[in-house]
Amino acid sequence: MSWTRISALALRYTLLYKRSVPRMIELFFWPTMDLLVWGYVTLYLQRLYATAQSPSAGMGTITFLLGAMIFWDILYRAQQGVTLSFLEDVWTRNLLNVFVAPIRIEEFILATYLVGTVRIGVTVVALTGLAWLLYQFNLLAMGFALIPLFVNLLLMGWAMGMITTGLIMRWGQAVEALAWGVPFLVQPLAAVFYPVDVLPRWVQPISHALPATHVFEGMRQVLAGGHFPTAHLLWAFGLNAAYLVVAAWWFRRMYERAREKGLLAKLGTQ
Amino acid sequence: MSEPVVEVQHLRKEFDGTVAVADVSFCVRRGEIVGLLGPNGAGKTTTLQVLLGLTTHTSGTVRMFGKELRSHRVEILQRCNFSSAYAALPTNLRVWENLRLFARLYGVRDSAAKLGFLLEVFEIKHLKDKVTGHLSAGESTRVNLCKALCNDPELLLLDEPTASLDPDIADKVRRILRQIQREKGISMVYTSHNMREVEAVCDRVVFLHKGMVIAEGTPQQIIDRFRGSSLEEVFITVARSGDVLDGSGTDASSGISPG
Repeated sequence: MSWTRISALALRYTLLYKRSVPRMIELFFWPTMDLLVWGYVTLYLQRLYATAQSPSAGMGTITFLLGAMIFWDILYRAQQGVTLSFLEDVWTRNLLNVFVAPIRIEEFILATYLVGTVRIGVTVVALTGLAWLLYQFNLLAMGFALIPLFVNLLLMGWAMGMITTGLIMRWGQAVEALAWGVPFLVQPLAAVFYPVDVLPRWVQPISHALPATHVFEGMRQVLAGGHFPTAHLLWAFGLNAAYLVVAAWWFRRMYERAREKGLLAKLGTQ
Repeated sequence: MSEPVVEVQHLRKEFDGTVAVADVSFCVRRGEIVGLLGPNGAGKTTTLQVLLGLTTHTSGTVRMFGKELRSHRVEILQRCNFSSAYAALPTNLRVWENLRLFARLYGVRDSAAKLGFLLEVFEIKHLKDKVTGHLSAGESTRVNLCKALCNDPELLLLDEPTASLDPDIADKVRRILRQIQREKGISMVYTSHNMREVEAVCDRVVFLHKGMVIAEGTPQQIIDRFRGSSLEEVFITVARSGDVLDGSGTDASSGISPG
């Protein structure tokens, strides 16, 4: 054993952090996001426990959690469908071949939407089946409301995918971690596993500005009483329309900037 | 004289104030192989990236097939293709899957027959079902070239296509490229650091230095103009001339004069 060699290797890995802002942020990002999500889940459960009238009250909460977990996966996979498709070509050094082919950027994006939708289809079928088998949780019992709720998650996932892919296109592999980080930045704010009113009052307007919040609130409304969440869906569709316009503008802007700065070629040969 | 496939006039490209290409003008005629030569940092890769639509230019005009590249990018790229030693095909797909995928991207009709023919020409039919990531450098290069020829391009842009190949395979690749170019009348823009290869393959050479064209002509004309004995000798002299060639000066000691 040589202390010199061990310290040289340790220095090599430490230096990685010195020159990489994303790596430094990552040190705090994941633990903070975990703390926020599980902290608010705890607050929600404490509140439920304090107000519970009967032991069966907990069953409703578990149903919310299972539904939320499956719904969250839809949002996450939709975003990943766009971002990971782009990253796959970066990782395999195929990006140049794709972008020198006669494709329009819109075609590229639509292809990633398609892949994302297929990925979601596979995941949702598997999770729904497992949830029913293991926990007797029937997602399909939500009825017709499932479709517009799913569609809204898909739309927001696509918008997030375009934003993260734009960031990677512009700032390169240094910000690659955002492919996984951005959805988890949204998670505590989108009130995935707890209602919006668990969040501090000043955070609630931010939460309401996210389409996903209305989907999760809508889902809880359906699971609690079976009412069709019209108001939440209207909010979600409206916000998603705005998000998609902004995300498409951002993605195109970043694509043009990447071409201007020669970053596509650089990213494609890294 | 045949019509130009590529017309580049006063091309300039700056990256955040750094000039990568200062002022480059050249043309490529139908059925011609033009070599872009120059030491590292001369601007050849940037020029190639501009031609491929990967990088936008700061000023100047780039016309391909008589159309402005900025406004007809997709239409132009449909008639081109590209191969580089630095760009790989997806390594997790089989050779045949990769080729079918790119044939689809380029809208190739009857792609199975077309790709089968190309695999035969490059003597790699036996690799059809192999995973691309498991191929040797020589095999990968030939698969890349099959992809580059899948749409019968009128213009082929080749970035060091024989880099990392052994002399035997490199020679085979050069012969096949020459043969296809003769038979189909394809125009090619070719970059390479192998000067003997450039002499053997290129009809004409555009010599770049510090983002400017310093000489243009057949390989022999370039050698004569710089009073060298080979393109390699000219290359080394230009690369070592440092700032002597800045502006349009003449380096009396080396006998270099801008073309």
